[in-house]
Amino acid sequence: MSSIPEIQNEIVEEFSMFDDWMQRYEYMIELGKSLPLIKEEYKTEDHIIKGCQSKVWVHAELEGDELVFTADSDAIITKGIIAILIRAFSHQKPQDIIDADTKFIDEIGLKEHLSPTRANGLVSMIKQLKLYAVAYQTQLN
Amino acid sequence: MTETQLDIAKIRKDFPILTRKVNGNPLVYFDNAATSQTPRQVIDTIVEYYSRYNANIHRGVHALAQEATEAYEEGRKKIQQFFNAAHTHEIIFTSGTTHSINLVANGFTSLLKKGDEILVSAMEHHSNIVPWQMLCERTGSTLKVIPMDTDGVLKMDDYKKLLSRRTKLVVCNHVSNALGTINPIEEIIPLAHAVGAAVLVDGAQSSPHLKVDVQKLDVDFYTASAHKLCGPTGIGMLYGKQDWLKKLPPYQGGGEMIAEVTFEKTTYADLPYKFEAGTPNICGGIAFGAAIDYLNSIGLEVIDAYEHELLAYATEKLSRIEGMQFYGTATRKTAVISFNIKGIHPYDVGTLLDKMGIAVRTGHHCAQPVMDFFQIPGTIRASFSFYNTKEEVDRFVEALVKARQMLT
Repeated sequence: MSSIPEIQNEIVEEFSMFDDWMQRYEYMIELGKSLPLIKEEYKTEDHIIKGCQSKVWVHAELEGDELVFTADSDAIITKGIIAILIRAFSHQKPQDIIDADTKFIDEIGLKEHLSPTRANGLVSMIKQLKLYAVAYQTQLN
Repeated sequence: MTETQLDIAKIRKDFPILTRKVNGNPLVYFDNAATSQTPRQVIDTIVEYYSRYNANIHRGVHALAQEATEAYEEGRKKIQQFFNAAHTHEIIFTSGTTHSINLVANGFTSLLKKGDEILVSAMEHHSNIVPWQMLCERTGSTLKVIPMDTDGVLKMDDYKKLLSRRTKLVVCNHVSNALGTINPIEEIIPLAHAVGAAVLVDGAQSSPHLKVDVQKLDVDFYTASAHKLCGPTGIGMLYGKQDWLKKLPPYQGGGEMIAEVTFEKTTYADLPYKFEAGTPNICGGIAFGAAIDYLNSIGLEVIDAYEHELLAYATEKLSRIEGMQFYGTATRKTAVISFNIKGIHPYDVGTLLDKMGIAVRTGHHCAQPVMDFFQIPGTIRASFSFYNTKEEVDRFVEALVKARQMLT
C-alpha cells in the first residue's frame, strides 16, 4: 500500500489531466456513483454527520494495524469527494492518518467543498476520520 | 399576460453587482428571497452618510448630529408611509425580522401564563418558531400548529377549530420563504381577534413584493428586513399597534431607551425609543429609507406584475424538464419556485449551477418542518426579483438540463 502523501500526489496528478471544471465534476460524480461505500447496517444515526446541505455516514474498523474507513452520503458530489478522501486515508496506520493533511483537495480545485460554511458534512467527516485514528491509535498502544 | 412596463435594461444598470462574473460566467442571481441586491442609489446613500454626516443621533447639539438625526427619523417616516402605519412611533427599528419577532416574544413573557396557547403556521421560518417555543418554555404556554395541505396552503378549517379563548397569539408569515405561498392574513387576523388573540405577521418575504397596509389589515405586529427590500443587512423594522407597544415592557436596557436614570429607579422613554436601546444602526435606518424611495420610484404594483410574468414563464419552462417536482403550488404565491428533480439531491444541483454562474438556494431554507412535511432533505429554490430577466430564466433552465444530464 502506498503512503498517504503518495496517494494524494497520484490523485493530484489524475486531476491535472482534466481541462475544465465539468470534467472534474463528471469524474467525481462517476466516483460517487460507482463505489459501494458503506454497509447498510452502518447507515444509522450512530454513524451520521448531519450537514445543513447533505448527510454523511462514516464507519471505521481496524484490520491488523490499519484503519479501514467506509462512508456514504445522500448527495452524489459529496459522495465523490468522500471516495477521494477514503482512497487517501483508508487502509493506513492510525498515526499516519493523524499526521496527514487535506491540502491536496485545494490542489485538485475542490477547496470550496471543504469550507466550514458549506455545511455538507465533509469538514466534520474529516474531523471524524482523525478522531477515529486517535481512538484506534490509543487502542494499539 | 401583457408585456412589462418596466425598462429592465435601465433598472439593471442601477445594480452594480449584476455585471460581475461568477466562475467565468455572467452572474444570474436567483437567490432574492435570501437577500436582494442593492441599487447604487442605496449604496450612494451609505457612502454619503459616512463621508458627510456620520454622527451619533438624538443627543448631540452639533450640526452633524442634527443632520444624522433628521435623516434617521426621516427613514422611519418613509417606513411608516410604506406600510401605512397610523403613527411614526409605531415603527421600531430593529436589526431585522428575527430581532423584531424576539422583541415581541420577550415582551409577552409577562402577559402569558400556563394553559395559554400560541398558534403558529406549519410553514414558518425557524425565526418564527423558535422564539415562540422559548416563550412557551418561560411561561408554560403551549404552541399549536396550523396545518397545511400538499399544495402548501394553510387549512383554514383546522385553524378555525384551533382558535379558542385560550389562544393569546397567532403568528404566521405573510409569504412563505420556502414555498412562496401568500397566506390569507386578511382572514386569519379577524378570526384571531374574534377570540381576543393578538396577531404577529412575519413580513420578511412579502414586503418586497406586495403592498402592505397595516391599518387596513388591522394587524397587531408586522415585521420586515431591509436587506430583502434592496436595503442593507442589519436593519429592519417592527410595526406594532400603539396600544400593544405601550403594553409590552422594554426588551433591552441601555442608552436611548430611558427618560431618567437614578440608582433607585429608571423611567423609560416614550415610543419608539423605549425599544431602541443603545446607538442604533443609524446608517442602516437612513439607507432603509433610501431603499423604500427606490422601490416607490418603480412601484410595487408594477414590480409584482413583472415578477409574476417571470414566475409564469419560469414555471412553464421548468415543468418541461423530466422528473420535475414542484413544492408550493398555491394559486396565490410570489415569484418563488421551490423544486427538486426526481432522484437528484438538491445540493448536487446547486453545486453544478454555481459552477455555471447561477445563484440559487438549496437546502431546507431554515424551514425544516416544511421539508419534513414533504419528506425531503431540501429543495432547490429559485426566487426572482424585478431586475431579473427572461433571458436569465432561459440560462437557468439550460443549466439545469445540463446538471441533470451530468447527475443521471
